[in-house]
Amino acid sequence: MESIIPILEFKKTCVSYTKQTMAVKYVSAAIERNTITAIMGPSGCGKSTLLRAANLMHNLYPNITVTGEILLNGENILSMEPIEVRRKIGMVFQRPTPFPTMSIYDNVLSGFTLNGIRLPKEEKDITVERCLKSVSLWDEVKDVLNKKGTFLSGGQQQRLCIARALAMKPNVLLMDEPTSALDPVATKHIEELLLELQKEVTILIVTHNMGQAMRISSRSMFMYLGELAEYGDTATMFSSPSDERTKSYLTGKMG
Amino acid sequence: MNDKLYKILLFASALIIPLVCGGVIYALFTDAYEAFQHFGFLKFLTSSDWSYTQGDEQYGALPFISGTLMTTLLAIIFCIPFSLSVAFFTGEYFRGTKIATVLGTVTDLLAGIPSIIYGLWGFYTLRPIIMSLNISPQGSGVLTASVMLAIMIIPYVSSLSSEFIKMVPKDLKEGAYSLGATRAEVVRKIIFPVAGSGIFSSYVLAIGRALGETMTVTMLIGNTNNIPDSITSTGNSMASIIANQFGEASDLRLSSLIAIGLILFLITAIINMIGKMMIKRARIS
Ligand SMILES: Nc1ncnc2c1ncn2[C@@H]1O[C@H](COP(=O)(O)OP(=O)(O)OP(=O)(O)O)[C@@H](O)[C@H]1O
Ligand SMILES: [Mg+2]
Repeated sequence: MESIIPILEFKKTCVSYTKQTMAVKYVSAAIERNTITAIMGPSGCGKSTLLRAANLMHNLYPNITVTGEILLNGENILSMEPIEVRRKIGMVFQRPTPFPTMSIYDNVLSGFTLNGIRLPKEEKDITVERCLKSVSLWDEVKDVLNKKGTFLSGGQQQRLCIARALAMKPNVLLMDEPTSALDPVATKHIEELLLELQKEVTILIVTHNMGQAMRISSRSMFMYLGELAEYGDTATMFSSPSDERTKSYLTGKMG
Repeated sequence: MNDKLYKILLFASALIIPLVCGGVIYALFTDAYEAFQHFGFLKFLTSSDWSYTQGDEQYGALPFISGTLMTTLLAIIFCIPFSLSVAFFTGEYFRGTKIATVLGTVTDLLAGIPSIIYGLWGFYTLRPIIMSLNISPQGSGVLTASVMLAIMIIPYVSSLSSEFIKMVPKDLKEGAYSLGATRAEVVRKIIFPVAGSGIFSSYVLAIGRALGETMTVTMLIGNTNNIPDSITSTGNSMASIIANQFGEASDLRLSSLIAIGLILFLITAIINMIGKMMIKRARIS
């Protein structure tokens, strides 16, 4: 039963920042469980806006309206409590954002402390080790767990933020250009990590890097001026795009 | 050639400020010297006598030091809940809304009111209220002065702390929300700890202001030369005793007043320096 219902589905989702214009227009797409789906498109086409709709980030700003439906396991999140939704749908941002007043250890557990959930010491230790291992950061930081997270390198900080999101055991992980602030080595590291992680969590990733989309994603969305122009298998989209706009973007005719 | 002349002129005018400052400190020291020499520095600090009987003059700074510290401390305590609320209101909860702009403008306006006006309001409005509440018979005293001082520093502290609250990066807040935190949790566990050192330093700078505030305190503290034995009793602060007695004093008493001024100057300078340093560090991080 569960396998028939898509884990996440956009149904005629629209987002507008102002009354006159829509940044995301009637996007409908079903995301497959345990895959990596890439969202591509020119700057300003609404990728971040769509992604942020999926964990109700727009609710923080009263002027933004989201309409249509976004279903998580068949349930419309737009009528659910934001706090509930955000625990199930994690998010990693473009710039790494470890909490500066917290140690590495506390950063991993911040999802619990922020929600006022107290864990026994033993479970904390297990969670921290499990999450840091799953982002392959454990060996690098296991001796400095009490240091501030902000002492780490950019790539390490980003992995810490992924670990922090994973600690809440989300069903879906949203990532908005998570490697665009990182060097190629750190980027490769994170890509390998995501390929590994898709076994546990469904990943939706915005990327400007077509190579990255080809390397890690099995499905791809191409957005243009707020619309979903094309959605399909990554390999097919890159070899024979069906939409004219996708074609000209992929061949570099469009920025 | 012209360039050189210009430089020399600039340098000379820039030099005037440290010269004036040095001159003030020098004058304070030389004029206070008589009192320190007569009573001894420590004795002067710890004595609570203040009598100008001819032939047996006794001057000590303790009542005024305690008056100043008591009013300042109380003012800060009264100010904390209000300034924190205003700061979080304008800096976070209602940030960018019309009502926050209005509140921000009003607090800035309050900061610009001359202290004599606060003094008058305190004298003719607050003092009768305190009397009618049977808190103290004469209405004036440490408590009255502290409440007024608190009202004066609230705008200053809240606009400064609100700046630090606004400086907490949006990324960080969204990061916390994305983990399922509520508004209250973000405020308590992210914004407050991150902006904390900045907020704290704005209180330190407010202490610096409250220590030297003269007019309001002079009008409201009751002007008696004793160590206040409770928060409702009257007293004098370092600034208010100088303002009160400067005109009629001469010789040893004048020197004692100047000595009090010197001590006030040193305390305020140190507090301000600490506050400025903390603000700088909070801004950098
Ligand atoms: N906070 C906002 N207020 C008003 N308009 C916004 C806001 N954020 C984005 N927009 C507008 O919405 C549209 C989509 O923006 P969005 O950030 O989703 O684009 P994007 O595809 O993520 O671009 P990029 O690749 O540059 O990150 C743009 O036209 C942008 O100007
Ligand atoms: Mg974007």
